[in-house]
Amino acid sequence: MLAGLKKNAAPVASLAAFAIVWQLAARRYPPERFPAVTDVLRAVAELADNGTLWSDIAVSLARFSGAYLLAAGTAVPLGLFLGRFPRFHKAVDPLVQVLRPISPIAWFPLAVLWFGIGNAPAVFIIFLSAFFPIFFATVGAVRAIPPVYLKVAANFGANPGMTFLRVIVPAAFPGIMVGLHIAVGTAWIHLVAGEMLGAQSGLGFMIVDARNFLRTDRIMAGMLLVGGLGLCIYRAMRALERGFGRRWGASP
Amino acid sequence: MSGGRGTAEIRLRGVEKRFRTARGEEQVALAGVDLDVAGGDFVCLVGPSGCGKSTLVNLMAGFERPTAGRVAMDGAPVNGPDPDHILIFQDYGLYPWKTVLENVLFGLQARKVSPADARERAREALEMVGLEAAAGLHPHELSGGMKQRVAIARALAVEPSVLFMDEPFAALDAFTRLHLQEELVRIWEERRPTVVFVTHDLDEAIYLGQRVVLMAPGPGRIQRILPVGLPRPRERTRADFAGVRRELFEAFQLVHRDAAGEQEYSI
Repeated sequence: MLAGLKKNAAPVASLAAFAIVWQLAARRYPPERFPAVTDVLRAVAELADNGTLWSDIAVSLARFSGAYLLAAGTAVPLGLFLGRFPRFHKAVDPLVQVLRPISPIAWFPLAVLWFGIGNAPAVFIIFLSAFFPIFFATVGAVRAIPPVYLKVAANFGANPGMTFLRVIVPAAFPGIMVGLHIAVGTAWIHLVAGEMLGAQSGLGFMIVDARNFLRTDRIMAGMLLVGGLGLCIYRAMRALERGFGRRWGASP
Repeated sequence: MSGGRGTAEIRLRGVEKRFRTARGEEQVALAGVDLDVAGGDFVCLVGPSGCGKSTLVNLMAGFERPTAGRVAMDGAPVNGPDPDHILIFQDYGLYPWKTVLENVLFGLQARKVSPADARERAREALEMVGLEAAAGLHPHELSGGMKQRVAIARALAVEPSVLFMDEPFAALDAFTRLHLQEELVRIWEERRPTVVFVTHDLDEAIYLGQRVVLMAPGPGRIQRILPVGLPRPRERTRADFAGVRRELFEAFQLVHRDAAGEQEYSI
């Protein structure tokens, strides 16, 4: 207990110092421009009371997980396939390399044109932001499989199906996991962006809506919530990774 | 894949292997190699690096094709890897996500042996290398010597008629190496597979081999084939061992000197 307190003392102190400086600094400005910590916390409580907080969080998490799973479900199989067959990879690589540097946000006008306002454009943008990290990690992981693994499989007469499922997929798994990890971060960042641009609900919309009503305290409340939830998702992902890491041995 | 067990007689005639280097230059790894390995023989390939001994064993195991010449197993040309001829690597080739037992089961599962039978045979193979207690561990929990024993058990489980071993003990410390050499001889005497063993350690070759094939680089070729007539168990400290050793070292030094004139290398 005491050891735990000691370990967490520094981060807790720095957070407290940040809150105090914020609170003191906010005194010098009108609350519409720079609300104090207490104002922001009151705004969070208010949003929780009238229920919009929970519905917005639920909507955002649903969009996030739906789009993320969709991205993982397409990027992993595609990456496994293209990593396994370098010829196909060589054929599509230029196209992918052109698409990759385009910010998912730049797709927004097209997304609205194609899918209208609502869930679809936000989901589409999150999907794009998660797809590429997972795809590239998967292709890289398959291509980095030590040749000796495949030699052993060939030597023992494993058929292509067994080689794929029992050797290639598990051998690439730690690398795929890295991509899944990075994609959680990029997808969460783009969730807010997507919701700010095209949606009528969710945390991103909450921030835009608060701006329209000049509720600076709610803008900051929305930002804090996005940060806190992002941290929770990141932590959950890391716990999941540790579980797999133990099973996979030394490599993460 | 033959699947069936032959007498596992290997015959190489006029085998040549050329590679294209990254710079596009053609390199002759092996030239004019003739070699006969009888069924149940234990042959060691030794030579300085660049002599093509590893390439030669990969050709015999079906992982490489000769540019010219013939590689035949029991009279039939070798067209690819075969579960009856298992190659064992220096870096073990164990699957890190599988337990020791699951690694040993892999070859049996590939052959579609029934689960109960496979378990029995895997246990037996692990017992043979003295690792039955480690069945539930993952490879990262094992020492190098234990890892190589798992790889050997994985091979033994499918009862191959030929074992190819490409510097299998080179990464191990000296004591582990001696111990594994003794175990390998015991297993060979019990099961009598044909063994082709690549090493750069002359003592290892003399201790293990019925015959030692001395190879020379530039281009890779067979320099000399030395029968080792020593009775088993062999004693590394005895005078007859020292005699064979002297003979091999002299031959090796000739190769060494010739090679040093042509290229730089390290043993």
